[in-house]
Amino acid sequence: MDPLFEMQDVEKHFGTVIALGGVNFSVSEGECHCLLGDNGAGKSTLIKTMSGVHAPTSGRLLMRGQEVRFEDPRQAISQGIATVYQDLAMIPLMSVSRNFFMGNEPIKRRFGFNLFDHERADKVTMDEMRKMGINLRGPHQAVGTLSGGERQTVAIARAVYFGAKVLILDEPTSALGVRQTANVLATVDRVRKNGIAVVFITHNVRHALAVGDRFTVLNRGKTLGTANKGEITPEELQDLMAGGQELVELESSLGGTV
Amino acid sequence: MSDSTQDERIKNISPLRQALVRPELGSIAGTIIVFLFFGFLAFDSGMFSPRGVLNWSTVSAQFMIIAVGACLLMIAGEFDLSVGSMIGFAGMMIAIFSVTLQWPVWISICVTFVLCTALGALNGYIVIRTGLPSFIVTLAFLFILRGFTIFFPQLIERKTIIGGVSDAADGDWLASLFGGKVGEPVFVWLADLGLIDVFERGSRAGQPVVDGIPALILWAIGLVIFGHFVLTRTRFGNWIFASGGDSQAARYAGVPVNRVKILMFMFSAFCACVFATCQVMEFGSAGADRGLLKEFEAIIAVVIGGALLTGGYGSVIGAALGALIFGVVQQGLFFAGVESSLFRVFLGVLLLAAVILNTYIRRIITGEK
Repeated sequence: MDPLFEMQDVEKHFGTVIALGGVNFSVSEGECHCLLGDNGAGKSTLIKTMSGVHAPTSGRLLMRGQEVRFEDPRQAISQGIATVYQDLAMIPLMSVSRNFFMGNEPIKRRFGFNLFDHERADKVTMDEMRKMGINLRGPHQAVGTLSGGERQTVAIARAVYFGAKVLILDEPTSALGVRQTANVLATVDRVRKNGIAVVFITHNVRHALAVGDRFTVLNRGKTLGTANKGEITPEELQDLMAGGQELVELESSLGGTV
Repeated sequence: MSDSTQDERIKNISPLRQALVRPELGSIAGTIIVFLFFGFLAFDSGMFSPRGVLNWSTVSAQFMIIAVGACLLMIAGEFDLSVGSMIGFAGMMIAIFSVTLQWPVWISICVTFVLCTALGALNGYIVIRTGLPSFIVTLAFLFILRGFTIFFPQLIERKTIIGGVSDAADGDWLASLFGGKVGEPVFVWLADLGLIDVFERGSRAGQPVVDGIPALILWAIGLVIFGHFVLTRTRFGNWIFASGGDSQAARYAGVPVNRVKILMFMFSAFCACVFATCQVMEFGSAGADRGLLKEFEAIIAVVIGGALLTGGYGSVIGAALGALIFGVVQQGLFFAGVESSLFRVFLGVLLLAAVILNTYIRRIITGEK
């Protein structure tokens, strides 16, 4: 299948620091592509480059084979690239309904004013939450009362509802308990089956193997290569992430793509 | 929601706890307590006669006008400590334009409003561009504006109070919108019915003691309704909450956070300007010391009204009730014959209690331990 979104030889420099030094990466519709890397590998920079926060220093971003350039996150969102950040997905003090429609508030016109259509927002929120398996007390429940896993799920549901084609998840399972992690992974699986391309960023090999179709390891700002599901063992992924001391030995198992 | 979808893991919460997370609750309770208290303590003092009511509602309305601006700004996550100086500055500008420069009063008022909202925008712009806390930036403007407010009249007229605005404003259409009274015929009628006392001697003998509702009170009510409407019923209101709740998360969701914050700084300056114009029209003069400490009084009213100092949560109705409590207690202690310096003690205690309550409520909402 042709990739929906692709990065070719993307580099990002901050002054004299080379944060990304050659990233090759692609994701197709209905695929969950896991991007693994240890702390400091360049994951955050990569996410921000994909979502339009940073413009790449060199290299190309392709959407359906067409080169795209994002000046700001809004342009990336309008192209269908949505990012769910680990800590910054939701605003705890605001209600689920207000969070869900933040920046995309439904409007009804009354007496010449554009009013926030709370009725519609509340109804859609409850429906979407039920689909995701979250039972709310009501649409006005504050996000702060939800668990970390539920917050991630709400954020994913929001991105999908507003037309995400490529969904970038930034460490959605870190800092979550076992049960919550399982819920989030189930959500990722459901979203993928709806034909959305998922980029799953994590440093947890087990979580990656649970839902991933392909795996790419990022180390010191470079992608070390991509492996398909079943072609690589957790131990091998772990070693690659840890710095690739056994890189030579692993080259064969990665199918010569390094 | 319907009971069929109820998750057994969701604990039922008591109606009390549910009510507690409404930001207005504390101030509603406070308002009831304050009225009961003075109802017992000062009922015979004339506090609840038409004149007494007019007295404390005018004072409360003054607090309300600046509290609305401070409330929306605080919910958007910022402070404005230059409100008091802005009041002094705006009043002085109106007096200089209309008395010293002899401009028509309506032009003086319009130019002052433009100037002050522009200064509010400058406040906001500096905060956004430098990333400094608004506390520091507006503290600087507290001194800058107060300095100019004292400097200009001394330079021009060699004094710190400029009078004669009443004469200049006589018959001016815009001035009457700030300094006039509304509903005079109704009050004459009420006096004829014997519901309102009339003056028994003096130049105004036969006229009702309360002869109309000051425009100031209507401005206060109008601004409260406007602020509450914008905050709760519009898309922009959602952006205000989002900008204060977590500006980075809001930015990622596509909310124009910088624009929201700058607009709220401008609105805060606008409210200060409304206050100043009403005051100048009422007194007929502008003084260099007008508006002293008003920034703190506005913030206190907003905090009593249930808003969080950290932003993202609050209510305009709550802030208005906070201002009402403020006004009723200040004037009520006077009616009750209590030493007025004790008002400050009371205020400090009330502020502390409100902040502690708000922090507790924040924990309930966000589920923090």
